[in-house]
Amino acid sequence: MTEPKPEQLVQIDYTPPRAPWPGAPVEFRKGTYSHAGAAKNLKYLGLPNPRDWQPADLDWKLPENWREIILEGMRERLAKYRSFRLFMDICVRCGACADKCHFYLGTGDPRNMPVLRAELLRSVYRRYFTPAGRALGRLAGARDLTVDVLKEWFYYFYQCTECRRCSVFCPFGIDTAEVTMVARELLNLVGCNINWIVEPAANCQRTGNHLGIQPHGFKDTLDFAVDEIASLTGIRVEAPVNRKGAEILFVAPSADFYGTPHYYTLLGYLMVLHEARVDYTFSAYASEGGNFGMFVSHELMQRLNAKIYAEAHRLGVKWVLGGECGHMWRVLHQYMNTLNGPPDFLEPPVSPVTGTVFSNARSACAVHICELTADLVAHGKLRLDPARNDRWTVTFHDSCNTARGMGLLEEPRLLLRAACNHFFEMPENTIRERTLCCGSGAGLGGDENFETRMRGGLPRAAAVRQVKEVDGVNLLACICAIDKASLPKLLDYWVGGVEVAGVHELVGNALVMSGEKPRAADLRGEAYV
Amino acid sequence: MIAAAIAYLAFTTFVAGTVWRVVVWARAPVPFPIALTCGQQNAAWLENPWTPAGAACRLALEALFFRSLLRNSVGQACSLRPSSTRPGERSSPAFLYRPALSLWAAALLFHICLFWVWLGHLRFFVDPALLGPANRFLDAALLAALSFLFLRRVFDPRLRYLTLFSDYLPLALLATVASSGVLMRWWAHTDVVAVKRFAIGLATFHPVAPVAVGLLFYIHLFAASALVASIPFTKLTHMAGIFFSPTRNLPNRSRARRHVNPWLAPAQIHTYAEWEDEFRDKMRAAGLPLEHQ
Repeated sequence: MTEPKPEQLVQIDYTPPRAPWPGAPVEFRKGTYSHAGAAKNLKYLGLPNPRDWQPADLDWKLPENWREIILEGMRERLAKYRSFRLFMDICVRCGACADKCHFYLGTGDPRNMPVLRAELLRSVYRRYFTPAGRALGRLAGARDLTVDVLKEWFYYFYQCTECRRCSVFCPFGIDTAEVTMVARELLNLVGCNINWIVEPAANCQRTGNHLGIQPHGFKDTLDFAVDEIASLTGIRVEAPVNRKGAEILFVAPSADFYGTPHYYTLLGYLMVLHEARVDYTFSAYASEGGNFGMFVSHELMQRLNAKIYAEAHRLGVKWVLGGECGHMWRVLHQYMNTLNGPPDFLEPPVSPVTGTVFSNARSACAVHICELTADLVAHGKLRLDPARNDRWTVTFHDSCNTARGMGLLEEPRLLLRAACNHFFEMPENTIRERTLCCGSGAGLGGDENFETRMRGGLPRAAAVRQVKEVDGVNLLACICAIDKASLPKLLDYWVGGVEVAGVHELVGNALVMSGEKPRAADLRGEAYV
Repeated sequence: MIAAAIAYLAFTTFVAGTVWRVVVWARAPVPFPIALTCGQQNAAWLENPWTPAGAACRLALEALFFRSLLRNSVGQACSLRPSSTRPGERSSPAFLYRPALSLWAAALLFHICLFWVWLGHLRFFVDPALLGPANRFLDAALLAALSFLFLRRVFDPRLRYLTLFSDYLPLALLATVASSGVLMRWWAHTDVVAVKRFAIGLATFHPVAPVAVGLLFYIHLFAASALVASIPFTKLTHMAGIFFSPTRNLPNRSRARRHVNPWLAPAQIHTYAEWEDEFRDKMRAAGLPLEHQ
């Protein structure tokens, strides 16, 4: 497939169409949607209606009673989720959310305004579940559920990254992520999902991680990383796997073991945990922090997430430490304790080095590695030489989930300021709780979805471009595995000359380890001049 | 007596409908603690509250001052800057985010005026009147804010597109109620004593027919009745709904205190034993510890 040029994509037309909403049926144009979930993955996960199909097909091979299934699913979820019922009822269409969505800013497609994305579902809700909609139909903003409507749902609810930026601006706190999560659950009831989500989820169910790395491969990777650190620093760190009796179970997103630049972050974790003498273990069974089940249904999220506490129990650890990842932390922070807790076999987390009690995690017993490392740095327990990162002029991209679903804003900044001499913030409307999504989250990172991803990431890229031109930024630091996978391509496409790194890569570069040999190269293996 | 019947019907519909709405919302559980955090954890007590009291303050400021709308901005893609048209440079627009407070100001003004006017109407229902008469500035501000909220839907192409017919309906009713009220108060003077007799009759459940009050009064009364009755069944229900919004009314302490989901079943987990069964040989070869040899 030939990729469209930036000069083409940059021509964004914000003029709404003449025809009134909802407008014409969706056109599935190559580059703007993701491939359908493969039957084998649906079968492995026990999801409904496994079959061979693609979104561009005319016939989606839906079950005969698909409409009843969806409406029954809606009825059930209206009773189970106050958020869903409420967000269907109270929107006043004030339009404050309209231009807060990165997909709207990047495409100009009015159905990407959060208000109208929700309206896709809301119109059907009104038609079948409210007196006004039943009686007045279109006058009350209601419409029938047809195959075209279902296709529209598929297109636009797999064109939302559940980043929650719109909700920051909504005077009622209406959260499009909730609407999208319910819509995707409904679509999954009739087997309409995308392979970039269900394949990692099936892998995770079987092997323990999204990439499908089997236990021996997992150990190989860690051994290789240990060798690499030894050759860079002269120090042999330990990276134990499935070791019973460790104090802490460390769970990272599996991309950290294989992806680039994720891998350098892994080296950073190993170095920090070694230097602080933390007693921990990896697990090959719970080798995934991320959770693509979250993008299918609450049930699948729960199923995949359950391995973490189960493994913590089996290994007899005291608490769980989590790596740099976005949606993983939405799950660990806001869902895990409810879904699979209470973990009464664990203990409230205490830093083994500083004695700091992480009372904010005393029930879920899961701590973010930035919280642990920032506490070490704040107590002066790590020696850092920021000059080793002097080739980088750094900015920080808040990942959506840690910013808006957790409030982890200062910890990574503290680490960056300690580990780098040159740190600059992007414009204030694009960071912290207003951070702009990379455009590839919530399972939309497939290559085939290229145009949508580049468009969705454009507002973020434009902000990076600004700090590149004004402050000379050449590195974007982040704490999200999807960011690390998608932003290099995005920044290369729109900006050029800005690389992407995890916060712990920069900490690892700056970390002065006791007994280390002089560093000839950074964690990327690039020689210091 | 038809006037009294309609007023009673509208009021009953409003009360019953609102109770129904609130009961439906309240009966649906909040399965997950989905607070939306807008500040540093354990530090920003208002933007990212970790106590119910903090969350209550956040919600109160939201309900009383529409605080989230204060963040509003207009995102605008600027045309390509000259630097990006140089050969070898990539083109991308810069986005400008200009603060946009007009919606916040108009919405707040409208709601305050409406509340004040509503409060002023109590003087018809109690004897002696508690509050002084309405004033011109308040009425003018109400009409101005209402006009702004209407005109932005008409003239902003984006808003025109996302506006439904059901968004114009409450505006039309409000405009009818407000303008007929203003006309009666300032121009076509209505017999206030007769109106008060009618109102007190309603309040004491001894309705009397309004005498010689004029057409404007009936327009005002019927439009107001329609407006009040429609509240639970239209988007106007937001006035009760905001207090239920889980992204705003929950504290962010889900790791410190477990949130219980009443309908959750235990996970159908792929167990460690099943996993080890599948990979045992490979694990043994790699020297990984095993539960069963």
